[in-house]
Amino acid sequence: MSAVTKLFGSFAALNGIDLSVARGEKVVVCGPSGSGKSTLIRCINHIEKHDGGSIVVDGCILDHKAANVDRVRREVGMVFQSFNLFPHMSVLANCMLAPMLVRGLKAVEAEEVAIGFLRRVRIADQATKYPSQLSGGQQQRVAIARAMCMRPKIMLLDEPTSALDPEMVKEVLDTMMELGARASVDGMTMICVAHEMGFAREVADRVIFMDEGAIVEEGAPEQFFCQPKTQRARNFLSRILH
Amino acid sequence: MLEFSIMADALPSLLKGAGLTGRLAVLILLLGMTIAVPLAYARNAQSIWLHGPAKIYILVVRGVPSLLQVFIVYYGLGQLSFVRSSVLWPVLRDPFWCVIIALGLNSAAYTAEIVAGALRMVPKGLLEASQALGLSWFQTQRKVAIPLAVRAALPAYESEIILTIKATSLASTITLLDLTGAARLEVSNTFAPYEVFLTAGAIYFCITTSLSWLLRRFEERLSTDHRTGERSAKKLQPVLPALTNH
Repeated sequence: MSAVTKLFGSFAALNGIDLSVARGEKVVVCGPSGSGKSTLIRCINHIEKHDGGSIVVDGCILDHKAANVDRVRREVGMVFQSFNLFPHMSVLANCMLAPMLVRGLKAVEAEEVAIGFLRRVRIADQATKYPSQLSGGQQQRVAIARAMCMRPKIMLLDEPTSALDPEMVKEVLDTMMELGARASVDGMTMICVAHEMGFAREVADRVIFMDEGAIVEEGAPEQFFCQPKTQRARNFLSRILH
Repeated sequence: MLEFSIMADALPSLLKGAGLTGRLAVLILLLGMTIAVPLAYARNAQSIWLHGPAKIYILVVRGVPSLLQVFIVYYGLGQLSFVRSSVLWPVLRDPFWCVIIALGLNSAAYTAEIVAGALRMVPKGLLEASQALGLSWFQTQRKVAIPLAVRAALPAYESEIILTIKATSLASTITLLDLTGAARLEVSNTFAPYEVFLTAGAIYFCITTSLSWLLRRFEERLSTDHRTGERSAKKLQPVLPALTNH
């Protein structure tokens, strides 16, 4: 990703982002609200169209051409802040939809895959329920399983815990940590917008700090959280630590 | 006083008329829906070349009385010589098809507005989630947007169905013996307007209310609000008073 810009009207949400993430690397992106973190990861699977610069995902240039966009989206999974489960489908159907339609799996195969991942997020017993019957934490775990069912090479997580009640944050973080551990084994790349220091320390190879649409600082989690180099990062950290 | 024997005598021909009313309504709604879906997508499109014409169509059709639209199709089209010489003339000459075309085009405008509104109500996040999973635009519409829009549109579409059933009575003005037409004929035979029109009204009422009830049940079944236990609690309710009686 180089010199990427994204404008909303005259406001530059992303202002010349240069970033490369290696295969299998796990990156946590943090920064104050409105700093462009979400926009950054939404550009990676073209949910948000970037206006300038270039983005290459898994060797494929994201140039707004439908074929390339489709190719990238097949390999990139995404977990949203607000879960975005399909309310008219059961948990299982949510997980089977894309593998069947996009990967062409048969129903039996898709179900096997779905149950496998639902088991991993410890929610297989709820497979026949509908999203509205689950708690926020359970819904987000289903959303993680749904994204995993496509066996993505890259997983994007957009503040997966920030819409949750406090008591549910832990179960989702635990799931994400496990996901991170698995990712190390499978070589899956993870880019996660998150503010939880514990999670970042445990899982991330690198922390990126953004402000005003630009990357201000990056480094290993230990070094970033203990000895931030820039004043802006220090200000930000002092605010989230209270 | 009402004479019930006249009502009973009129019933067979009125029910036959109700049959025609039903056929008209079904075909009008089918034609209306077929046109309404693409029209709704055009209405919601970004491009002014798509949403402009769609909006104008909806505006014009909704702004002109349906009776006039029936007259324009039935009396007006026959005036044009190229229409009379076209292969469609046997269809356009037939009052049955004229009503279906006129009211079908009319229903399309109202239905398009309902469908377009329902499509706009589908949360953006769900469409993004579907795209992020790799589904194409068509797959997203078919599996996510349309099923959710159907649920959102049902209450408004229910009243469109009922309005259409009642609008079919306009068919009686161009010689068709639908429920209203049959009633008018029966009145001219018996000179008993109260009995016959009241019976016809009662038949309309039965059709529309039973349809309403059916659609409500359908709506409940499709509901995405699957809160645990609520449905089973409803099922249990009739049992509870019986238990307390003993």
